Amino acid sequence: MSLSPEQVRQVAQLARLQLNPEQVEPYARQLSNILEMVSRLSSAQTADVAPMAHPLEMTQRLRIDTVSEPNRRDDYQAIAPEVQDGLYLVPKVIE
Amino acid sequence: MTLHKLSIKQLADGLRGKQFSARELTQHYLGRIAAHDKDLNSFITVTPERALAQADAADAVLAQGDGATLTGIPLAQKDIFCTTGVRTSCGSKMLDQFVAPYDATIVQKLDAAGMVMLGKANMDEFAMGSSNETSYYGPVKNPWDVTRVPGGSSGGSVASVAAGLAPIATATDTGGSIRQPAALTNLTGIKPTYGRVSRYGMIAFASSLDQAGVVARSAEDAAYVLQAMSGFDPKDSTSIERPVDDLVSGLNQSIKGLRIGLPSEYFADGLAPGVRERIEQAIDVFKQLGATFSEVSLPNSPLSVPTYYVVAPAEASSNLARFDGVRYGHRAEGAKTLEEL
Repeated sequence: MSLSPEQVRQVAQLARLQLNPEQVEPYARQLSNILEMVSRLSSAQTADVAPMAHPLEMTQRLRIDTVSEPNRRDDYQAIAPEVQDGLYLVPKVIE
Repeated sequence: MTLHKLSIKQLADGLRGKQFSARELTQHYLGRIAAHDKDLNSFITVTPERALAQADAADAVLAQGDGATLTGIPLAQKDIFCTTGVRTSCGSKMLDQFVAPYDATIVQKLDAAGMVMLGKANMDEFAMGSSNETSYYGPVKNPWDVTRVPGGSSGGSVASVAAGLAPIATATDTGGSIRQPAALTNLTGIKPTYGRVSRYGMIAFASSLDQAGVVARSAEDAAYVLQAMSGFDPKDSTSIERPVDDLVSGLNQSIKGLRIGLPSEYFADGLAPGVRERIEQAIDVFKQLGATFSEVSLPNSPLSVPTYYVVAPAEASSNLARFDGVRYGHRAEGAKTLEEL
């Protein structure tokens, strides 16, 4: 599997990354090499391998459904770039 | 003074024997940081006031005849661990102004053990890198040869310990970020078993691989601090709920009869001759100490790097989505749309 220059431009746009035209071809080649390396995984025989969620025998712990955290809204809002009346402010999303 | 050449055990004995106080020890290290770190850039933030307050508290405990081995021992914390009142940048401009509203569990534990935090160690941005050249705060130099990299992502941690600017440092490892820089600076580094050390308050890169550990000048130093960092934490859902082994009491036991496996896949083409030679010398030392070696095979080893390149970037893109400039962190000047944030 390889990436075309057109796909690289598309991914860059989705990731909001600025890309100079002369960077497109080298990135396409490097990313294709990574995909090539990753494709080696398809040689692994996994039919008899059980999926693993943790390297040790462990089950997911669940906590009791009660309030356990103190309300620290003011502390958390104090580190935000822009807040008003306890709400986070962002630029207008819908016209 | 050559306090910075002493082991943690020797420092602890010196504190108890009143050869020096925790304040004097802390001042010694702060002085070395002020004198030498401009050449290395191993710290992003140095915290002298916090350090001296912790040192005075340790001296008070020691004066009562209380405290344990780590009471009054300084350390560097990798700048990936959240610390209340001290900026936690993770090596990124995104968090240049970020002061966490809580402490990481390991910060809490090492504070409680009486350790003295000298400052926050430099690192590759968001722990992604193997050379410590990607930090927003500039590259870290290898103290053995400042024209070379110290490795990464825990480059500040290893440089500070190798240069004697801190007796020991915390570090984290996702795909080699403790082991590789420790090797490049002649230190002992350990990535513990996943789940052994709490990840609460440790900024996430790839959650199913991230684990905290230490870099030290000896296995003995590492054992003391790793012991204090380890243990079950209900705030980390992947933390292991079982007792921590005693890492310290077995340190002087003979290794006679220990059997060590040498995976043949690790000695394949691409192993640098100098590295191979060093490993063979180490094998000889272990043999003289009574250990035996047998060749083993880990046939799936060649698949580990491709696996990493699927797991790590996928988890990183989920984890880093939180740095959106809404709840904390850097927000672009004059952003008019969500994309511009």
